[in-house]
Amino acid sequence: MNFAVLQFPASNCDQDAVYALRLLGHSARLVWHKDASLGDSDAVIVPGGFSYGDYLRCGAIARFSPVMQAVKQLAEKGGLVLGICNGFQVLTEAGLLPGALIRNRDLQFHCEYVYLKTATPDSPFTHRIPAGKTLRVPIAHGEGCYYADEETLAKLKAGNQILWQYCDAGGSLKDTANPNGALQNIAGICNAGRNVAGLMPHPERACESILGSDDGKWIFESIFATLNDQPAPARG
Amino acid sequence: MKAKIIITPKKAVLDPQGKTVQNALAQMGYTGVAGVHIGKYIEIDLAPGTDKAAARTAIDDAAHKLLSNPVIEDYTLEIE
Repeated sequence: MNFAVLQFPASNCDQDAVYALRLLGHSARLVWHKDASLGDSDAVIVPGGFSYGDYLRCGAIARFSPVMQAVKQLAEKGGLVLGICNGFQVLTEAGLLPGALIRNRDLQFHCEYVYLKTATPDSPFTHRIPAGKTLRVPIAHGEGCYYADEETLAKLKAGNQILWQYCDAGGSLKDTANPNGALQNIAGICNAGRNVAGLMPHPERACESILGSDDGKWIFESIFATLNDQPAPARG
Repeated sequence: MKAKIIITPKKAVLDPQGKTVQNALAQMGYTGVAGVHIGKYIEIDLAPGTDKAAARTAIDDAAHKLLSNPVIEDYTLEIE
């Protein structure tokens, strides 16, 4: 599979994402933010970092970049898009995912491991995660508190669009396991079409045991399996 | 002529900065503070001869699309 990993000024997890995808046996290349085409990519990763210096709001400027217009087109055609950390923020700002990410409730930047409960296996991003497994993956963010108004939150729940929630090691959704104050312990969601997802934790930093955890690979394995089963999307 | 945009967090949205400053004010002995809300102030210089009504329409559009995020923020716009 060919993955496009976007690169904005001040992206800093782009290389990690490329490394992880290649480690897992797939092809990945960086696509500069000024490029208007994603080439022959099968799927897109919007990586973590501080795109455009996080000026104004996290992800607010990145959403208007030429490459994001190509991402929107790919998403509209059903192509898979995964936003990680700042990438999640970019996708919410772009309107590809509902809600917003606001300042952590304790105002602190959190750089630590968390546990994730997969709320549903019913998505291209979660279906290969072993049932009942809590994923141990790192977070590194200051603005990761997921917020949506009550109506949006109700739609997310009704549509089974909450994909991952912060939990303790045993898989319980406790407030003490919530690092940032996210509503409903939400760590990641998908759109109504289920082809665009975002999460604050970093699965690409947890793909080999030497790094402390390889639980993140299950998210990518889910994507690979989905792409294997599907014809290539109309390409941007 | 300037456009002045004040952006504030929506009332329903958690505002930990505002809460922290409110607590600090209370600790310093300032009484009667019922709430603190922290937002942004943006000032845009308009080119001489700009039509005020047209500028208002354009900047209102920009405030909705870029300067604020309507999911979490409200804004007020003044042109003077």
